[in-house]
Amino acid sequence: MKLITAIVKPFKLDDVKDALKTIGILGMTVSEVRGFGRQGGHSETYRGAEYTIEFVPKVRVELVVDDGDVDKAISAIRTAANTGKIGDGKVWITSVERLVRIRTGEEGRDAI
Amino acid sequence: MRSDLELSTGRRWAKRLLIATTVSTGAVIAAGGISAMAADEFDAEAAVTTLGSQTNLLWVVIGAMLVIFMQAGFALVETGFCRAKHAAHVVSTNFAIFGLGFIGFFFIGFPLAFGGFSYAAFGMDQPVGDALLGSGNWVFLWKGGWALSGDGMTPAVLGFFLYMVAFMDTVATIPTGSMAERWKWNSFVVWGLFAGAVYYPLFAAWTWGGGWLAKTWDTMSLGAGYVDFAGSGVVHAVGGVAALAGAIVLGPRIGKFGADGKPRALPGHHIPMAMLGTFILLFGWFGFNAASTFAATDVQFATVATNTAIAGAFGAVAGMFWITKRTGKPDPGMMANGMLAGLVAITAPCAFVAPWAAAVIGVIAAVLAIETVFIVERKFKIDDPVGAIAVHGVNGSFGVIAVGIFSNGSYGAGWNGSPSEGIEGIIKGDWGQLGAQLLGLAVIWTVIFGISFAFFKIQNALTKGGIRSKEEDEVMGLDLPEMGVAAYPEFNLR
Repeated sequence: MKLITAIVKPFKLDDVKDALKTIGILGMTVSEVRGFGRQGGHSETYRGAEYTIEFVPKVRVELVVDDGDVDKAISAIRTAANTGKIGDGKVWITSVERLVRIRTGEEGRDAI
Repeated sequence: MRSDLELSTGRRWAKRLLIATTVSTGAVIAAGGISAMAADEFDAEAAVTTLGSQTNLLWVVIGAMLVIFMQAGFALVETGFCRAKHAAHVVSTNFAIFGLGFIGFFFIGFPLAFGGFSYAAFGMDQPVGDALLGSGNWVFLWKGGWALSGDGMTPAVLGFFLYMVAFMDTVATIPTGSMAERWKWNSFVVWGLFAGAVYYPLFAAWTWGGGWLAKTWDTMSLGAGYVDFAGSGVVHAVGGVAALAGAIVLGPRIGKFGADGKPRALPGHHIPMAMLGTFILLFGWFGFNAASTFAATDVQFATVATNTAIAGAFGAVAGMFWITKRTGKPDPGMMANGMLAGLVAITAPCAFVAPWAAAVIGVIAAVLAIETVFIVERKFKIDDPVGAIAVHGVNGSFGVIAVGIFSNGSYGAGWNGSPSEGIEGIIKGDWGQLGAQLLGLAVIWTVIFGISFAFFKIQNALTKGGIRSKEEDEVMGLDLPEMGVAAYPEFNLR
């Protein structure tokens, strides 16, 4: 089992969700986050005073999948979230030691 | 002509001569037709005069309601331009000031400012009192009608009180903008009472109340005396200098200036709220200015309303272009300040100038407001979160000067009881009016500013811990420590 974490542009969230559902992914968790990478921030002025927006709004998508689904999921996310412009985000994979469904107590693949 | 509408026994603003003439002319026309057949049973002249005065009082009360609604505009503008963690505190100052100022004005402010005022055109035939301090052309305070009690509390007096309450509350609420996000609640409460009871009434007594600045036409041969149709000076500049004094005494918000002294942006949390508030202020301003004719029978109210709108429109657009030229984008906050600056500046001259002049005043005001925001912040290192000093203090002053520049002589005959045939500025070759205006301004920027500065300084010294909120409260946001409730409890705020 792997945990897939993807940071994507907020307006791409629906596309990413639809692409993942299309390949049979059953659930995911999203959170609103801020951050910066190579895109960096940008400066603006408010009432004549300059300020830098360093942390750009992003959405973090998290889902646990079976090992065999990882490549499919990564490719679905990449296709859906790609705009070709800087700041499209990243996807990373982490191993998951144990997974438990709270309601039934099912574990491992059954809990996905 | 009925004598009760004539100026011969009159006291203060001679603009009522104009109203009286308007009402009486209508009466004569109506009387001519009706009296031929029923002269004995029906006094048409009296009936029309009464109807005119009733309508005029209605106009004053409608004006009062519109100006009171401006409190909603102030609340939205100031709250929108502040950060979310202080939002409940900022909006509450704007809410509470209505009642606090009201109470001060109810007990002693109104008598001090307007105890000697009367205006027959809307039925206020007699003043409720006379001079308390000074006499003749040199009256400094009035008396009569304390707590709206005693004889003579006619509906007309009470209607006038309501209208003047609304103006006083505008003065009182202006400093809540420049002092936002760091003003201790209890200290603010004292200001509210002081503003309504003493601070606003002083300059109001000297000008609109019929005091010494209204008489400089006689004592110093200056134009028609200090002329301020709806209060660029009496309301906005007086409020603006208090905003400046308060911001100086409090000091800048934590984090406003970097270690190098450069100003940092602390963006407001709700720009749509601030823009809605600006539009509400524009709406209320028609009561502020147009109803200052005190008479629907004085059709100059239509000129006033239109000039007001012209200055607001030109101010908003000039603000948009000017801030774009200066920083690259049409900052919504500066567009709002541009419109408000135009409205503030047209408030004194709105009845006396041509539409082209209203447009010019609006444009100048917007540029002046934006440049003043920069100077206040960058040069003087004063933190004014909403631009109150620039919009009200500086543009209120510009409006007072604009009367002495752009007035075209078409309106204002007999103003302040003077022999003037119409207010004239330097475009008509008359420099005397400008002199009267500059004298009034000098008084605002020295005496009135000094009183507000001394008030905040003394209060700061007498209050345990000073009038500024505790540092940890300011950093956390004033909502919970001061108000006990957060404006947005379901969000994590910075």
